[in-house]
Amino acid sequence: MLSPRLFVAQRLTAALMAPLVAGHLSGIIYAIQGGLDAAEILSRTQGSVAFALFYQAFVVAVSLHAAIGIRVICFEWGKLSGRLLDLATWATGLTLFATGSFAVATLALG
Amino acid sequence: MLRARRRGATTTTTATATATATATNDLRVRIRRGDQSGGEMVCYRAPRRAHQTVLDVVTWIQRNVEPGLSYRFSCRVGMCGSCAMMVNGMPRWTCRTHVKDVLRGARAELELAPLRNLPVIKDLVCDMSDFFGKWQRAEGRFHGAAGRHDPVARIAPHDPRRAAADAGIECINCAVCHAACDVVASHPGYLGPAALNRAWTLMNDARDTAQPQRLRAVSADGGCQNCHSQQGCARYCPLQLAPARSIAGIKKTVARAVLAGRL
Repeated sequence: MLSPRLFVAQRLTAALMAPLVAGHLSGIIYAIQGGLDAAEILSRTQGSVAFALFYQAFVVAVSLHAAIGIRVICFEWGKLSGRLLDLATWATGLTLFATGSFAVATLALG
Repeated sequence: MLRARRRGATTTTTATATATATATNDLRVRIRRGDQSGGEMVCYRAPRRAHQTVLDVVTWIQRNVEPGLSYRFSCRVGMCGSCAMMVNGMPRWTCRTHVKDVLRGARAELELAPLRNLPVIKDLVCDMSDFFGKWQRAEGRFHGAAGRHDPVARIAPHDPRRAAADAGIECINCAVCHAACDVVASHPGYLGPAALNRAWTLMNDARDTAQPQRLRAVSADGGCQNCHSQQGCARYCPLQLAPARSIAGIKKTVARAVLAGRL
């Protein structure tokens, strides 16, 4: 159900998300200090490669981490197994990746 | 020791079993009766006494009220671990649990059931085959290479690996941690804290020669990676061991092995 590689992948993505969350929160606090509105924020994020890379890394980490976590919950609580369990894992991961990437692209590319 | 004497034991579930208790300060005891096909809680009354253990109560009921009641015990002094049961919902050694310590509130009664997460044979007796089978699956056996004519291995007592092994070595296989583990409850294939704790003591034994296969065993399906670190094992261990700490050690070892390409 949870292979050693999936276990390590979840731990590594957790380690990656720790500084990303800190950066995200710092960015929010910094952005609202001067009273920025949505248009001003968008003007800063659009075309920013650093912003796109930062949040796309976040999206990849969240997609992997959450998909593995949901896999465990589906197995232990939902009693899913076999292909159904794999399907739930992939569906969670791909949905998060697609919606997250779409949001990052929208903010970074306009 | 499995106690299953049958001397015209009644199968009724109500007050017939209460007739012989005459003490005024009675203790109300509900015991799970039945086998693997099903069971029910049956009420008994036993005399309340000073310094009385839960095992004393069960033994009194078996000898005076219900000869057909089955339960295990052996040493009665916390050495063997065979008398472990669920006492008011918590896994405990009944020989080391005083009745006064587990009665709570105005409706003071004991509720006894077989250990959680193990199949029931009869009444309070569990089938321990799966529990000990998991020890075997986790490579909980010592594999040595030295013979009787080889010199004795010299291991410093303060060696870090020896200290890690010492921290878990006193486990007596009572299965209290196994019954306390919520992961075992939701994932019966999980090796469980006792088997993994045993494996960790051997992973830190410098004399053992089966480390590669043990590493594969503890990281296979149902292995250490399934532990959620809820600490139920450490909370209820009557010997105050910390199987969760042992499992954390195994997780680190497994993670390093995965990153090094050895798993």
